[in-house]
Amino acid sequence: MELLEDRLGVIEREEPRIHAFLRLSEELARAQAEEADRRFSSDAQVGPLTGIPVAIKDVLCVEDVETTAGSQILRGFRPPYESTAVARLRAQGAVFLGMTNCDEFAMGSSTENSGYFPTRNPHDPSRVPGGSSGGSAAAVAAGEAVFGLGTDTGGSIRQPAALCGVVGMKPTYGRVSRYGLIAFASSLDQIGPFTRTVDDAALVLQAIAGWDRRDATSVDRPVDMLSSLERGVEGLRLGLPREYFEAEGMEPGVRAAVERAVLTLERAGAELVDVRLPHTDYGLAAYYIIAPAEASSNLARFDGVRYGARAESAGNLLETYLQTRRGGFGPEVRRRIMLGTYALSAGYYDAYYLKAQKVRTLIAQDFERAFESCDAIVSATSPVVAFPIGAKVADPLAMYVCDVLTLGGNLAGLPGVSIPCGTSEGLPVGLQVLAPQWADGMALRVARAYEAASNGS
Amino acid sequence: MAMLARLGLEPGEEDFYADQLSAILAHIDRLREVDTDAIEPTAQVVQVGSRLREDLPEPSLPQERALANAPETKDGFFVVKAIQESEP
Repeated sequence: MELLEDRLGVIEREEPRIHAFLRLSEELARAQAEEADRRFSSDAQVGPLTGIPVAIKDVLCVEDVETTAGSQILRGFRPPYESTAVARLRAQGAVFLGMTNCDEFAMGSSTENSGYFPTRNPHDPSRVPGGSSGGSAAAVAAGEAVFGLGTDTGGSIRQPAALCGVVGMKPTYGRVSRYGLIAFASSLDQIGPFTRTVDDAALVLQAIAGWDRRDATSVDRPVDMLSSLERGVEGLRLGLPREYFEAEGMEPGVRAAVERAVLTLERAGAELVDVRLPHTDYGLAAYYIIAPAEASSNLARFDGVRYGARAESAGNLLETYLQTRRGGFGPEVRRRIMLGTYALSAGYYDAYYLKAQKVRTLIAQDFERAFESCDAIVSATSPVVAFPIGAKVADPLAMYVCDVLTLGGNLAGLPGVSIPCGTSEGLPVGLQVLAPQWADGMALRVARAYEAASNGS
Repeated sequence: MAMLARLGLEPGEEDFYADQLSAILAHIDRLREVDTDAIEPTAQVVQVGSRLREDLPEPSLPQERALANAPETKDGFFVVKAIQESEP
């Protein structure tokens, strides 16, 4: 309870400045904190997350708590069921502070596409926190929450973690159940933690991961995020993909910070090897077919009939659909629905969607080949530091390029961690560690080794 | 495309989106440079086989919970506007 009151104090102070939360669930949080206190005093079922305040991205259904995916079209929606990741936190006794802001339906890299308001970067409120999980990243960076949950479809956990200077992890696709996650692109979406330290990220992932009968893509594999965490990088081979260091738009200050981090890892005992990811240049194009195509299908359900907002002036059902979706969806969501509808439409399916899926195979094969000569791949998470609010809103393609170093991990289903590695122009830079599928523990281990070496601890 | 996706654009918006989508598609067209003749498409990146379970009845969401978020209901059903125009 003390910890909760503490965080509520920080929220009261910081929220007017950063706007990380769409809605606070203070009443629920107090009840959960009281329950946690009871558990501690009775020695019953206490886990590492019991009593710990968490910020939840507004795309993860929390039973009977308004959940809107950052969209006006879901205003007022109170889910009648709970997402598995959230249910597992609830069972552990975590304390739910509220729902955090995000780009509408998780589509964006700055949280400016929220249907409500933009979130600001705690390090400089004139700049974006990244996105789409910008609210959870900012809440953890500002100390409002001890940890956060986000989702990552093309970089939406790792990129805001980098821009806000916190740890963020996207697990292997299938590691965490997507049941109760409001879907953006189902073959890419994955839920993961925001924390201040790698140890905490491992603890949260340990709590939410594992097979769930309600998600057919979740996988029944042992979940052990903790036992290899402190083994260090001595003797590990770390791959440096030239394509990622020379990416278009890479800021010199970001590259310099990442190169310093790589040297730190080398001094800690890692062997550095050059690897190639030759199809990197095509990743963005493949992603911006596959993700919008899946989104156009997933978002067809928002029609003003079963949940959310409905345009009331319509005279017939078709007008209900058109007016509800006109009023409910923002510009980026419309763009992606149109793009996806086009890519899936008769006559264009082979040229766009099927082609993109084949390029996806090539990108996954690039990673498989690279991992034959290394244990993990390190690079920058984002080619740029946090940019000023409004700087990229008029040019969608410029915004998409923010994800160029992260979306390959989604296309290939890999686990990836972003960890703070110094600053450029006074703003945080993120180091990305990618590992082979199911080697989530390896990604965490390398990130933990960097954290220890850079802190001197 | 907007109509196919039931998006209901205003007339003035069409050019705005058409220009932006053309720029995005111009970037996407670089996919044509890649030779994919012998490549299988990837729909799902993590290989999982079909998993079967016993087909047993179990509790599901009660009707009133399932309907609670609907803008309009009647007698346990969702209510929508007329699907066809009435005769003038």
